[in-house]
Amino acid sequence: MAGIKVFGHAASISTRRVLLTLHEKNLDFELVHVDLKDGEHKKESFLSHNPFGKVPAFEDGDLKLFESRAITQYIAHRYEGQGTNLLQPDSKNLAHYAIMAMGMQVEAHQFDPLASKLAWEHVFKLIYGLTTDQAVVAEEEAKLAKVLDVYEARLKEFKYLAGDTFTLTDLHHIPAVQYLLETPTKKLFTERPHVNKWVAEITKRPASQKILQ
Amino acid sequence: MSYTNSVSMDDGNMVFNLMPNADFGYKVHGDPFSTNTRRVLAVLLEKGISYEPITVDLKTGEHKRESYLSLNPFGQVPVFEDGNIKLCESRAITQYIAYVHSSRGTQLLNLQSHKTMATLTMWMEFEAHQFDPFASVLTWEQVIKPIYGLETDQTVVEENETGLENVLNVYEKRLQESRFLACNTFTLVDLHHLPNIQYLLGTPTKKLFENRPKVRTWVDDITGREAWKLACDHDKSWFGK
Repeated sequence: MAGIKVFGHAASISTRRVLLTLHEKNLDFELVHVDLKDGEHKKESFLSHNPFGKVPAFEDGDLKLFESRAITQYIAHRYEGQGTNLLQPDSKNLAHYAIMAMGMQVEAHQFDPLASKLAWEHVFKLIYGLTTDQAVVAEEEAKLAKVLDVYEARLKEFKYLAGDTFTLTDLHHIPAVQYLLETPTKKLFTERPHVNKWVAEITKRPASQKILQ
Repeated sequence: MSYTNSVSMDDGNMVFNLMPNADFGYKVHGDPFSTNTRRVLAVLLEKGISYEPITVDLKTGEHKRESYLSLNPFGQVPVFEDGNIKLCESRAITQYIAYVHSSRGTQLLNLQSHKTMATLTMWMEFEAHQFDPFASVLTWEQVIKPIYGLETDQTVVEENETGLENVLNVYEKRLQESRFLACNTFTLVDLHHLPNIQYLLGTPTKKLFENRPKVRTWVDDITGREAWKLACDHDKSWFGK
């Protein structure tokens, strides 16, 4: 598909959320690299793309979007007919849609703040030459454990977070989960059997593998 | 109009009362002072939909107890019930109501095209991820902490006001091109901002909104809406129901 551009960084959690969606949909796109270390995202040339100075920025023809979860939702709806269906199977059922929407809010407000902090401490700080703060890690892990207890209960009832099929709700978790699986925080996922199974399923998907390359 | 307006005379002023007149058996578990609860009430009132308010006593920690956790395992208000469906997360609830009742009351979406909906979704994300982190901390420090007898941390207030100023600078520019944030009509995007803005207008942070002319007009517009004023009137919107 001509005209799709992503301005971001291939290692960034939020950029990866968008790349995953594009891969799931088999869409062609151009990734324009934005150098975060250099502060490129705060410079005038990038701010014209995203006034909040955050990656990723996205273009599809003359549509310009920011905020990874708005971009993924646009792609899932606009390209509903192709590639993986990332919405509920009965896409007109508003109650089912609400369950998916709720799951997306839970990822954004309950899971991601903790997962991002942990990824920052364990992974990204080291890239910037800083040291992991173990006290912060302990604190955030304690909170994440509670969130994952809720996920464990949910995943006992359903194969995926919004029901029995893979949706955007699950996809939004993948980039942070992939990073945390390479750190000591991995244990929080592996010691919960249903969470562990879910994590294995969502990370082995071909699209999930593609973004690691 | 799909809702009934009743007109009463009060000292010679005409007072329009929004009277919700559509009953779908909805329940809202929450606290009428909670920002997240008010976000949901605002949508129901804009749509002219009645609801049964069920108070969750935050001060005594009812939201963290077993009976409430069975409604929302994250122990937060509000929870919305539509028959068998229980929803938590205020922004998922508001979207559900806005979609299900798209043709009733105030139109809160912009359903013209994938493009217009994507823009609306993006601005909802901006509210949630750029505006709310600063605004909710400022509300917590200056409004909620004093209620619980805790002391406002002025350093935290200063830091978050700086963050909020950067966000409002972006909003000021946007509101030069667009009457409301997502488009030229009032939508869920603007509504989602109301609970924190309302509280912050009662604090020194008010000046950040007043110093920016387009933001100031927008704030006056959205806080002046009848449904919003009703949402903030806990006698009419909660205890008196």
